[in-house]
Amino acid sequence: MQNDYDFAVVGGGLVGAAVAYGLGKRGLKVLMLDEGDVAKRASRGNFALVWVQSKGLGMPRYATWTRASSDHWPGFAAELREVAGFDLAYRRPGGFHLVLSQDELERRAASIQRLHNQDEVEPYHIEVLDGDEIRRRLPEAGPEVAGGTYCALDGDVNSLKLFRAMHAGFVRNGGSYRNGALVDRIEAGDGGYRLVTPDGAHTADRVVLAAGLDNPRLGAMVGLDVPVRPLRGQVIVTEKTAPFLDMPLSTIRQTDEGGVMIGDSQEEADDHDVMRPGINAVMADRAVRMFPRLGRLNVVRTWSALRVYSRDGFPIYEESPSHPGAYVVTCHSGVTLAAAHSQILAGKLADGGLTSDFDDFSARRFHVSAAS
Amino acid sequence: MYQRLPEPGGMPIPFTLDGRRLEGRAGDTVAAALLAAGVETCRTSAVGGAPRAPYCMMGVCFECLVTIDGVGNRQGCLVPLQAGMAVETQLGHGKRELAR
Repeated sequence: MQNDYDFAVVGGGLVGAAVAYGLGKRGLKVLMLDEGDVAKRASRGNFALVWVQSKGLGMPRYATWTRASSDHWPGFAAELREVAGFDLAYRRPGGFHLVLSQDELERRAASIQRLHNQDEVEPYHIEVLDGDEIRRRLPEAGPEVAGGTYCALDGDVNSLKLFRAMHAGFVRNGGSYRNGALVDRIEAGDGGYRLVTPDGAHTADRVVLAAGLDNPRLGAMVGLDVPVRPLRGQVIVTEKTAPFLDMPLSTIRQTDEGGVMIGDSQEEADDHDVMRPGINAVMADRAVRMFPRLGRLNVVRTWSALRVYSRDGFPIYEESPSHPGAYVVTCHSGVTLAAAHSQILAGKLADGGLTSDFDDFSARRFHVSAAS
Repeated sequence: MYQRLPEPGGMPIPFTLDGRRLEGRAGDTVAAALLAAGVETCRTSAVGGAPRAPYCMMGVCFECLVTIDGVGNRQGCLVPLQAGMAVETQLGHGKRELAR
């Protein structure tokens, strides 16, 4: 029997949209099923960094994967601008992580040293700088800044525009998008999969689960164990102000539209309707100590959102051992990895499946001790 | 551009805009009083410098920012007009932050 689609992608956030866009532009017939605006939607709450420094301690493959995505980003952003018809405000001026005490600086430097001591990590330069050097490079930085690290590979983007551009590009390339399409059931058949939604069923040769925190439920339907959990983050946004910061920091960035975003907390919690003022107070206090001028700005918005976090914090890419052609794609860095998902991962899927260089990302890594 | 409805409800409320004496009506917000007085630009945008004016009138769009009694970046549509208020437009870079 002929299926409706080559691929069904479950999830319309940054991860699902990147994979669906990447499959569609390779000429495949793709359906993107999106729960809609009621979804927890980590894509709505992210900090919009395209970030390399400090990622990958504990999994060298994640460091190289992140680096590869970062290197694909300039071409990816140009391609999306072409297909969507508007600019994403992507930039790669390098980025800083600032610290407020000598102790913090020493811990940061040690962590980066361990990251680079791992085998297999392509070396890239991270500078460790003292407070005076930071103030020389960032004239607005305040006297309490004790130092920081800088990596020339880091950048950021307007993630709302990224989200919109990938959806627009997907549809423009002939993709089919369904909103309000929470998948109730996935049935495996002879020649593919049948996905049942409130508005009817769709069939596809292959299926990609990119539904964030819903992946554990969906994965169980196709023999995939997806151990992810919510990790809550809070973000503060100030009123728009004259441009003063032309490169991103790990916890502070000024958007192309002038607002300043301050992040990004991490808290074990599964409710995204809750905001803890104490966490915002700490974030705001640190931000004002880093850039005193922020203290004169009004806050116009704060939010909390749920990161999709695997047990070790690294992505999971895997084909189901029992259900060939059913894949899971999940990570907490949907912005940084959007280029890799669209330009590399989708190509692998389109060409037949994940190659052995993706084995490190399999959820089998969580079962090693149980098996041995 | 804007006209009040025919029935003139509300007492007259005097205020100033950049030192100029104007009059609103009881029940006006600052933004409504500015529109009724024919003000077409209340500020310029922080990044691009484009002229802006009150738009959504319900606290969402942040277009109606003005300085009120010395405090910058107030949302004019959320502040009830009071007699004697000193309202200032925010034209030009940096005005808002200086005003705080």
